[in-house]
Amino acid sequence: MAIIEQLTQDFLRTKKLPHIWCPGCGNGIVTAALVRAIERADYDQRDVVIVSGIGCSSRAAGYLNFNTLHTTHGRALAFATGLKMARPELKLFVIMGDGDCSAIGGNHFIHSARRNIDLNAIVVNNHIYGMTGGQHSPLTPIGKKATTAPRGTLEREFNLLELARGAGATFGARGNAAQPRQLEQLITRGAKHKGFSIVEALSPCPIAYGRRNKLGGPVDMMKDLKENSISTERAAGKEDSELEGKTITGVIFNYEEPEYAAEYYHSIGKEIPVKSSG
Amino acid sequence: MPETKPVLMQGNEACAEGAISAGVRFYAGYPITPSTEVAERMAVKLPDIGGVFIQMEDEIASMAAVIGASIGGMRTLTATSGPGFSLKQENIGYAIMAEIPCVIVNVQRMGPSTGVPTAPSQGDVMQARWGTHGDHPVIVFSPASVYETYYLTVAAVNLSQKLRQPIILLLDEVIGHMREKVTIPKDSKLMVEKASDKVPADWKPYDDKGLTPLVPFGFGHYYHVTGLFHDQYGFPTGDPQQVERSLDRIHEKLKKYRDEVVLTNYIGHKEPRVVIVTYGCTVRSARAVVKKAYWNNRQPVGLLSLQTLWPFPDKEVQEIAKKADVVIVPEMNMGQIIGEVERQVKGEAEVIPLNRYDGEMISPEQISDIMGRWLS
Repeated sequence: MAIIEQLTQDFLRTKKLPHIWCPGCGNGIVTAALVRAIERADYDQRDVVIVSGIGCSSRAAGYLNFNTLHTTHGRALAFATGLKMARPELKLFVIMGDGDCSAIGGNHFIHSARRNIDLNAIVVNNHIYGMTGGQHSPLTPIGKKATTAPRGTLEREFNLLELARGAGATFGARGNAAQPRQLEQLITRGAKHKGFSIVEALSPCPIAYGRRNKLGGPVDMMKDLKENSISTERAAGKEDSELEGKTITGVIFNYEEPEYAAEYYHSIGKEIPVKSSG
Repeated sequence: MPETKPVLMQGNEACAEGAISAGVRFYAGYPITPSTEVAERMAVKLPDIGGVFIQMEDEIASMAAVIGASIGGMRTLTATSGPGFSLKQENIGYAIMAEIPCVIVNVQRMGPSTGVPTAPSQGDVMQARWGTHGDHPVIVFSPASVYETYYLTVAAVNLSQKLRQPIILLLDEVIGHMREKVTIPKDSKLMVEKASDKVPADWKPYDDKGLTPLVPFGFGHYYHVTGLFHDQYGFPTGDPQQVERSLDRIHEKLKKYRDEVVLTNYIGHKEPRVVIVTYGCTVRSARAVVKKAYWNNRQPVGLLSLQTLWPFPDKEVQEIAKKADVVIVPEMNMGQIIGEVERQVKGEAEVIPLNRYDGEMISPEQISDIMGRWLS
């Protein structure tokens, strides 16, 4: 407990709490996992930057005691790219929601992946635009209801990690708010990875998504998240039919490829200052 | 590297050279006619001097990357033209709100929409003023020559740093692509001090007391940057008092440094009857007319050229209006700055438009025709 209290004191802006998130929201759990991951990665607080877009989860930046950059809708990765290129020694975590990252920010997402620039994207996927009250996003499963899809959306959803892999990302993992320890480990591994990493964190939104789709209350949604997930290790060797309806969690892909900022600085003959571990 | 001997270069190239002289070491952009030479020159030069050049996936990303790099402590610039300028607007507003310095070059082309990409126009004067949403302050410079492009780029970079305010450089296609002789000073003394983390212990990013320097990320000052209305530490607020104070703050700094921001130049008769008020490449035609009429023929005419378009040079135009009977406003658009001129003239003189919007420059003959009518 002592460590948690210390982390709260050091890495959270406790004066800014309580947060704005609804009861039952997973954003707080994901944010806490991020804080513990930063501690695990053993970075100097001064070197850590939290960049975020616009949406519920992006408000996390305001609660975290680092240099924090709350940008415009969809553009967090583009801001982060500029900052990383100017200061390649800094450790950047980019928090985005599903709509922020994959709809309005889709172009920046695929190009950040293509460059393999060393940014750590954390996409909190609650399948819905929460802050505006429940509109469907590119990650809303087909058939699910939203205020802008009252009969259920006809649009197919992205597989975000496969999209990232196809675009050139070199690390992709999936976790969820119901299994915060695993999520913390995945974020840590993503942080340690040299290159563009993405951790998709599935998270419940009982208010704007669960209610409309009759998914039960916060507890039911948490339970479902846990029960419908299967780790990569357990999924290995299972038949497709056995995995029907299951979401695979863990590290989905992990490759080594040249990292963009390092390559750029190498090409101009400039040293990147060496910082704390990582 | 800067040269002392005169060199022949384009306005777009002079813009890149000015940026480098003023310490710009980060460029993010997206290709668009007629601004591409700025990017191309930066792509060649920046890597040699330890700078960063990056071609982004779109105009929006370019603007975002420039802001991100500024927060990292680099001096930054991006260049574009009409359609790209439209796309950059949201993030320009962000930089204004968050008080992040950067320079945005818009080499204007004929619009609206895709328009005539290679034809000159001064159609973005009002977009530069009001392109991004909300009640925001802007600084816009408009050079009339290749050398002035160099000089105003240097001024824009330094002023942007000092005021923590994005500055827009509105070039005309004619200026961007024209080649002229430029003498670039060897050791530019126009540079101000570099970004630093050496600030007082009680430093606040948006101090209620007034302007404070930007401390880049990564030096242990854990502040928040947001496009939301914020308190003096950068944290979001919806408190009406703080919101009002916050908006006043970004406007006040331009008023306080007004004399450094508003640049104009007057040539001609001390007691003119007819004055031409114009900007950008149209200054060149007007200058030819005034030189002939005043210097050769001692006619009571003058030219007020506006290097700064926004904030509008109100006092300068008011002074002109007190003396002159007639103010002629030639513009390569359907009439944009003329509205501001009228607001300042307040009926004290006749304000006459001269508009051309066929993708060609306004000729000296067009100006002297109109001027002649008011002199006879």
